[in-house]
Amino acid sequence: MPSISARRGAAVGVAAVVAVCVAWYVLTTLTGTIGGGRFPAPLETWQAARQIAVQGYADARLHEHVLHSCKLVLLGFAAAVAVGVPLGLLMGWSRRAEALLNPAFLLLRPIPPLAWIPLAIVWLGLGDAAKVLIIWLAAFVPSVINSYAGVRAIDPTLLEAARTLGIKRSMLVREILLPGAAPMIFTGLRLSLQACWTTLVAGELIGAIAGLGHVLYQSSLDIFPAMILVGMIAVAITGGLMTKGLEWVENRAMPWRRA
Amino acid sequence: MDAALSRREFWMLSVAGALGFFGLWWAIALSGLVQAQFLPTPLAVFDKFVELTRQPFVGYTLQQHLLSSFGRFGAGFALAAAIGIPLGLMMGWYRWLDDIVTPLFAALRFVAPIAWVPFAALWFGTGIGGPVLIIFSGAFPPCLINAYRGARFVETRYIEAAQTLGAPNWRVICEVLLPASVPSIVAGLRISAGLGWQSLIGAELIVASSGIGYLMVKGQSNISTSIVMAGMIAIGIVGFTVDVLLRRVEAGINRRRGR
Repeated sequence: MPSISARRGAAVGVAAVVAVCVAWYVLTTLTGTIGGGRFPAPLETWQAARQIAVQGYADARLHEHVLHSCKLVLLGFAAAVAVGVPLGLLMGWSRRAEALLNPAFLLLRPIPPLAWIPLAIVWLGLGDAAKVLIIWLAAFVPSVINSYAGVRAIDPTLLEAARTLGIKRSMLVREILLPGAAPMIFTGLRLSLQACWTTLVAGELIGAIAGLGHVLYQSSLDIFPAMILVGMIAVAITGGLMTKGLEWVENRAMPWRRA
Repeated sequence: MDAALSRREFWMLSVAGALGFFGLWWAIALSGLVQAQFLPTPLAVFDKFVELTRQPFVGYTLQQHLLSSFGRFGAGFALAAAIGIPLGLMMGWYRWLDDIVTPLFAALRFVAPIAWVPFAALWFGTGIGGPVLIIFSGAFPPCLINAYRGARFVETRYIEAAQTLGAPNWRVICEVLLPASVPSIVAGLRISAGLGWQSLIGAELIVASSGIGYLMVKGQSNISTSIVMAGMIAIGIVGFTVDVLLRRVEAGINRRRGR
């Protein structure tokens, strides 16, 4: 049972959200202090949401845009994890591989994923391939670095014990390196999934034919504030749900850590 | 894990790695598999970089573009720190403020900074306000969160001592909470500088008429890969330098406090 102060806190929080919504309604609809050209009224937003969900906007309906964006993020993210985690484990395990590969990472790491967008467009055009490339880049570097750091954080006693007992290579990876590095790997994945989502939205804003970023771009061209707001809300909710989904996977993958 | 490498072997492998990276790039560029327009040699990129510092491209030289990016970055970052840090400290002190702001903040945080671009364009056009708004939304959360955490984890006895001696609320905040939270705040500033710099690049790719991101977009539309890559290098160098400087500050502060 929550304490009285926690319940009071929740009540104040709900009241604050309600107050903001009321202020939004009053300022846009009743007094008109905020003009419709700058920020939409609640009713307009609701109508825009219905329009995109039922009739569609920017060549597709809302769920199609969401699915399109999610598909690209998951594709690029999965490809980055599939390449990055083994590479990071290798770099963590072998000092030779680390010395050989680290310089390239040191050079590439300071370049933010968003700065790759123009290059991806020059190389691959405005289609889906360019988006997948930048998402791959946004997730690749963090997955390498975190798996690498994760291996280095494993207790050396464990490794020595395994070696003394004559462990095989395949078993070492499955039984020690992966579970030992898993907490850090997942921390890295969570951060990089958010980076992927931001990068995709930016990529779609700059040039795309579908997706939530494209909705934002189109509504900005049409000077349609209500649709901009709907697009932003959709971006926020989809991004939040993706992060929650990854947390679910994390709890499944590391049952020993569940609280 | 392998045994540590000798110094000599480490350096030889690192140099081999760096040479391999540039060598591969060079080899692909010269092999004729890709047109030079799409993949220039490292030397051509370096030449372009030097050329951009001397001859103006889209109106300004590289330094002037960087300067205008830096002005926006400074404005957005300073605004985020000026609002985020005091608000975070006050939320750590006044329970009711915490209860009000936390749910609103949690909802807003899910909106990727880049998703503010359409509203930034609608409200500010291509003026300085748009990029500043986007940098602000990227840099604000870490400022607020770290100041809040710093204030919440101050040892109670200091607060109690101050109160026993009759310090009013504002003096407790300024003279107990603020100094005690400095390490946490500086760590937050470093994170927010990184996020702000990334958001700035994203913003300039879309809404700006000068700046390093704008230079890259123009390079992209002229299909000049060497300009795009020169821009990426400049972004990498600046981002890296800012991070190193803030790390220095952080280490200096922690050392002075005997940690």
